[in-house]
Amino acid sequence: MTSYFNEMYQGDSVRAPYARLQNWMNSMPAELRQMKQAEAEALFRRIGITFAVYGEGGDPDRLIPFDMFPRVFSGAEWAKLERGIKQRARALNAFLVDVYGRGEIVRAGRIPGRLVYLNEAYEKAVAGFVPPKGVYSHIVGIDLVRTGPDEFFVLEDNCRTPSGVSYMLENREIMMRMFPDLFRENRIEPVDNYPEILRRTLASVAPTKCDREPTVVILTPGHYNSAYYEHSFLADLMGVELVEGQDLFVEGEFVFMRTTEGPRRVDVIYRRLDDAYIDPLCFRPDSMLGVPGLMDVYRSGGVSICSAPGAGVADDKAVYTYVPEMIRFYLGEEPILNNVPTWQCGKADDLKYVLSHLNELVVKEVHGSGGYGMLVGPKATADQVEMFRARITANPNNYIAQPTLALSTTPTFVAEGIAPRHVDLRPYCLVGERIELVPGGLTRVALTEGSLVVNSSQGGGVKDTWVLAE
Amino acid sequence: MLLTVNHVTRYFYDQPVRGVVQSHRLMPSQCAGQKMRSWKVSVSDGQMGGGFRDGAGDWVQGWTVLGPVNEITVHVTGEIETFDQAGVLRGHKELTPPDCYLRSTHPTEADAALAALADGLTPAQDALAAAHLISERVSDAIVYTADTTNAHTTAAEALAQGTGVCQDQAHAVIAIARHIGLPARYVSGYLLVGIDGAAHDAAHAWAEVFIAGLGWVGFDPANRCCPDDRYIRLGSGLDSLHAAMIRGIARGQGEESLDVSVTVQATQTQSQTQQ
Repeated sequence: MTSYFNEMYQGDSVRAPYARLQNWMNSMPAELRQMKQAEAEALFRRIGITFAVYGEGGDPDRLIPFDMFPRVFSGAEWAKLERGIKQRARALNAFLVDVYGRGEIVRAGRIPGRLVYLNEAYEKAVAGFVPPKGVYSHIVGIDLVRTGPDEFFVLEDNCRTPSGVSYMLENREIMMRMFPDLFRENRIEPVDNYPEILRRTLASVAPTKCDREPTVVILTPGHYNSAYYEHSFLADLMGVELVEGQDLFVEGEFVFMRTTEGPRRVDVIYRRLDDAYIDPLCFRPDSMLGVPGLMDVYRSGGVSICSAPGAGVADDKAVYTYVPEMIRFYLGEEPILNNVPTWQCGKADDLKYVLSHLNELVVKEVHGSGGYGMLVGPKATADQVEMFRARITANPNNYIAQPTLALSTTPTFVAEGIAPRHVDLRPYCLVGERIELVPGGLTRVALTEGSLVVNSSQGGGVKDTWVLAE
Repeated sequence: MLLTVNHVTRYFYDQPVRGVVQSHRLMPSQCAGQKMRSWKVSVSDGQMGGGFRDGAGDWVQGWTVLGPVNEITVHVTGEIETFDQAGVLRGHKELTPPDCYLRSTHPTEADAALAALADGLTPAQDALAAAHLISERVSDAIVYTADTTNAHTTAAEALAQGTGVCQDQAHAVIAIARHIGLPARYVSGYLLVGIDGAAHDAAHAWAEVFIAGLGWVGFDPANRCCPDDRYIRLGSGLDSLHAAMIRGIARGQGEESLDVSVTVQATQTQSQTQQ
């Protein structure tokens, strides 16, 4: 029987960060709790935040369950996490600048060249170009799990356009509205300055040809996109325009947006659109969502694109294995946060191990996301295991495997009362002229008893995440 | 050899379009085999956009035309001195690692028939000989025949029908080379035609294969040779789309039609000392 680290209780005693929540929890009888839960749900419905987190698909109108029991970190715990996250964000960006430049890390034999240069996410079109401030990934979403008081593991990095930050902001907003007393009793670090820091970060990477206060926009694929709510929410909070490809056009050396007062030059584009779609003259010629000619303006310093095209090569699941190596290579430091040990089925020895330990391992597709195409060995039926064995054998390069981690739990409101449920964490690190991290992030919780899959498409919910001021 | 180029591309729209955006690879590569004397690209009613040298060493230049227009003309004129390098691309500055050109794309996907053309090749022992054989086999298997394929024909389709043009043959060479682990890419440029009596288009395309120790080497299956001083190299890419001389898009409903004319002429090269 695996034991799990409970973030609130250590045996019978309550861990310090949760101390003040004990009374709050006990002071809430079932009826009040149900009333509050209904109230929270009504608030979320009114806001209209119903999209699937992390582009997982599923029913776009389904509300993701919100659990009112906050997840809490002490200031000291967070300080270490923050250092680890920023370290990782720096290394990932250094890697991106390098592999689109001289590729020193490959030349030094620290990562196989084919893993980088044959990667689908490697964009040959930006080789030789260094984006402003040397930043490729401006918003780095790092998915973390905890297995002990001091043990954190990075599950994956998201260097392109990590979503879900609107949940971080809304969860806090709703908690503050419903439980103002809690925010008086606890000294909780604010997260509501995230949009302002994001705007500042984006403005700090204005292109070389920009000689004035930069105009920032968010480029969305449109309202059919599952994260459209988040795009418009962030545009609103940052006070910038939300545009679609058809609202932008290239003229001469610059990009302009159509406005009622005529064309207006755009300097920084925070795009929530995949590389393949952003410019039919450089990438997919059939894309209607992008801006023709955008890449020529970008590469000649007329506009900045965030995240920079090509950033995806750093967050590939196979490249992930080498992030600790990147930290040592570029920063000369030891990684503060652990990687999960990963077996690459493309390697003969690893494959052999994986196939003989399928019952213990989590198997993932290299390019999969959202908890689909995933085998959780200890929870799988014999049929599922055999199905995966066949799939892996047929295409080993497409799979990686990791040990089943004992994800920490936090108290969660469930039908029977309060019970421990497994959680993960996605903080959002902002990289521009400076590297900044708001104290918090999105905590996802597996609401089904015993489940280790926190994805919203698989019955996961979300929680407010607190960092206590020291 | 001193070559002069006159390349005119006319786009006609049956209804006026609101604007046109293009991305060009129309500047000669900077390499030992080419010395540019003069070169000019113009776009009727066009505004020159951003330009930059990409990781593969190509000069990429954006252009925009503000409509309404019914017609635009892209005009390239230039004079360039060329030197035979026996097909080897020398003195060409590029950053993109050869491994990038192992990735296959839709038109360069190797099916079983293309893979079969690699039978018996031993790139590990002699990559250069293998590349020569690939080019020869493609020349035999895809017979140069105009108007039997189109811009979207894949290497596999061209091989299946046994005919095609330089684009199809280049795609096939690339597909087979990559299949046996040799990085390969598509090159677009111009060719002085007529000397050998062949009447292939003066706007031409061929393949380059990366040979360790030697670098990028050109192979032209259409003319069963390696590029020499009759060739002018402009740009490269994973396939014809990515190496295209002109990629463009018009805003508006108008149907586009195209008229291309390219002439490449040799000027008598005079010895400098006689002047």
